[in-house]
Amino acid sequence: MKPRTSASSQGPRGGRDCAWTVLCTLTLLGLLAALPAEAQEAATEPAYRAFPLIGSRLAVWAVAQLHLNFAAFILGVPIFAVIIEIVGWRTGEGRYDWLSHELVKLTFAAFSTTALLGALLLFLFVGYYPRFWTYMTSIFFPTYWIYALLFFAETFTVYLWYYGWDWLAGPRKWIHVGLGVLSNLFGTAILVVANSWVTFMISPAGITESGALKGSVWAAINNFTWMPINIHRLIANIVFGGTIAAAYAAFRFLAAKTDEERARYDWMGYIGNFVALSAFIVLPFAGYYLGREIYAFNQTMGITMMGGFMSWLWIIQAILIGILFLGSNYYLWLGMERIPGSERYRKYVPPMLIVLTLGFMIWATPRSLVVTLDEARAMGGTHHPVLGVLGVMSAKNTVVNLMILTTFLSYILYRRANKVPTKPWVRTGMAVQWAAFGLAGAVVVFYGVYGYFVESIVRIGFSVYQVVAVLGALVLVMALDIPMFRGARSTGTIRWGTIAPRSQYVLILLAVTFTWLMGLMGFARSGIRQHWHVYGVMRDTSVDAVTPALGYAANVITLVTIAFFALVMFIFWLGGLAEKGTASAHGHAPAPAIAGGRAPDA
Amino acid sequence: MSLLRSRFVQAVLIVVLSFVALRWGIRPPAPWSVIQIYMAVVVMAVLIYVSADSDSWRAFVRPLWSTLVDPDKRNVRLACLVVLPLLLGYYAYTQAAARPQAPPELRAVHPAPPAAIQFRGKEIDISGVDNPLRKDPAALRTHVAAGADIYVRNCMYCHGDNLDGKGHFAPGFNPPPANFQDPGTIAMLQEAYLFWRIAKGAPGLPKESTPWNSAMPAWEDRLTEEQIWQVITYLYDATGQQPRRREAAH
Repeated sequence: MKPRTSASSQGPRGGRDCAWTVLCTLTLLGLLAALPAEAQEAATEPAYRAFPLIGSRLAVWAVAQLHLNFAAFILGVPIFAVIIEIVGWRTGEGRYDWLSHELVKLTFAAFSTTALLGALLLFLFVGYYPRFWTYMTSIFFPTYWIYALLFFAETFTVYLWYYGWDWLAGPRKWIHVGLGVLSNLFGTAILVVANSWVTFMISPAGITESGALKGSVWAAINNFTWMPINIHRLIANIVFGGTIAAAYAAFRFLAAKTDEERARYDWMGYIGNFVALSAFIVLPFAGYYLGREIYAFNQTMGITMMGGFMSWLWIIQAILIGILFLGSNYYLWLGMERIPGSERYRKYVPPMLIVLTLGFMIWATPRSLVVTLDEARAMGGTHHPVLGVLGVMSAKNTVVNLMILTTFLSYILYRRANKVPTKPWVRTGMAVQWAAFGLAGAVVVFYGVYGYFVESIVRIGFSVYQVVAVLGALVLVMALDIPMFRGARSTGTIRWGTIAPRSQYVLILLAVTFTWLMGLMGFARSGIRQHWHVYGVMRDTSVDAVTPALGYAANVITLVTIAFFALVMFIFWLGGLAEKGTASAHGHAPAPAIAGGRAPDA
Repeated sequence: MSLLRSRFVQAVLIVVLSFVALRWGIRPPAPWSVIQIYMAVVVMAVLIYVSADSDSWRAFVRPLWSTLVDPDKRNVRLACLVVLPLLLGYYAYTQAAARPQAPPELRAVHPAPPAAIQFRGKEIDISGVDNPLRKDPAALRTHVAAGADIYVRNCMYCHGDNLDGKGHFAPGFNPPPANFQDPGTIAMLQEAYLFWRIAKGAPGLPKESTPWNSAMPAWEDRLTEEQIWQVITYLYDATGQQPRRREAAH
């Protein structure tokens, strides 16, 4: 394997990044050390201070969302970057090593911004919500130290991982891969610690009636929604990282001057989308688990979230996720054009599109209808007898499972587009695969319909059977597909770089949609607490103690999303500048050419 | 038939037929707000259909391009120049013109209950209390009968003798009284939720999602705690629905 980018080629900018991150971390630690003194003085302090012009809540909201976007990116990307590095290491294909380094480079560029935003968020809490922060500190102070230490460990491991790319190449590659794995473990641990604070605010545990810690802090950490959010955020971070990396690749593809560059970034975009899609397929299951746990924790909170004033939020969510499903599939279908032999699978596109479209429509059917008086009279009330059937979870769970199956089918067809299997058991294998798809679809539809005839708690249990059927089909089909197409006859090599440019706009659209969706879900998670800082324990008595309307929230989310992408573009542009300025001076190794699905240097 | 093979014509036909099916195929008519969502999805899907491969996209764009630039399409261009703005203008007029009816309203189906309520000086934990009458299965039929009596005396006039929300006074209310036969109402709720709604009625509805415009009286001054549980027991028994049970805590 050819040695790749020289670490020293990062030049002074990399050093500045490092210095910034360390400075932020030290500031954070200094602030943490000062917190007990801060807490003693809090009794004499006002409960709130007003942030100039926009108010404290909006300031915290915007910075928190931005920080979470960046944090999700820098935690999500290394997860698949290390997997890609391992693939490159084991197969000896240089392009995977290049891609992994490219991905870590993106993470690296965003690292200091994440730390800066985190520090800013902490300042805002301490300065503008002193009583709330004092209370949180009284519960979680021991975890602050763990968080800070993990942050140090994560920072230095990632820096070593990045800068040691060439130093730890060749026979020492296993150490390098180990560093990647270790940085992911530290990153996930950071996520899990921070989640304990935010989930405690939703579903407090381990405290007395007056809100004081009863025993160990572990009871407060291990609260009702902690583990569901850990799982949900971990998966969502991978999706988010994949979409942002794919959007970056799309941007580079559209700006590419040469065919070789176009081919390279086409491939990178494909991998980014593949990663996002793979994690996205299981994300609805994690989301459903989280929603179910919230409902089980507190009916009021569950109803506020699903049937109350937030019910239309889920229609917007359904529309966004529908766009993600349609967009991901569309990208795969467009991508098949660059694969010789894919023509034989074109006929499957219209039926798959019909399933996705109908599924999208049913998922976006509201239960709380917006109706005029005339329409209500025509319907005999505010409830529609036909649409009402589609507006409940039985219908929505059914279609989302069918959409997942369809998306998986899209991927399977893409995967085998230029391959003709030669194994003697192909017919049987194919039959079993189709049977698995059919059976899973039948199980999903059966329990979806049966769900209308049983009580709520039984119906909720049916969703587990639907999920198991779909996941079972996914595993079985993939387990057969891999050996079946091993050593298959090729109908031609993939013509990387020849994909229609509109596909790249789809990748950018997916990234923007997912970022907006993250903002919306953040609003939902925070909004269900209504007028509580810590639900049922610490009331919000500030001037902002009103849950904002969905329209207002949508405007804030949109502005923050724009700010996030502006920052991301700026950071990536800076990264590009560094590349241009130092590449030749430091003997920057050329990126591998991507053509025909294999790199020539492999 | 060659016209039907045109990608552009196919796309227009799919959009038009979908609109016809959604607008006139669903009975009673679906609200306009839902049709708008559905049509947006259909248009998105049609655009994907025509552009999912380059040949198809070229075939779709060709008539549009030809209309815009071909010299022999001058008359069609002029017609479009007149007709399209007129159509948009008419649409704008229909949206902006004043109509003698209230604007559309978004109603939350299930208002969020408080964690606890005060009932005649006693605190009742809405997020944790279960129907106490179900603890003694032997006496359940007696409670159901008592609940039926209470229902007929107090609730039937609005909610109907079939519990379908079509009582004597129902046509006078907007929104109409709840239909308990609908699997989307009491079957989705825990019994404590019904206790809150019956005890506190419209005056006890939360401030969010107002105006509720509900005519439901607060029954806490007229019915005892046991009577409210009895009528709840009757509602589930008479409709054949099961109350939502609590899930086990982890």
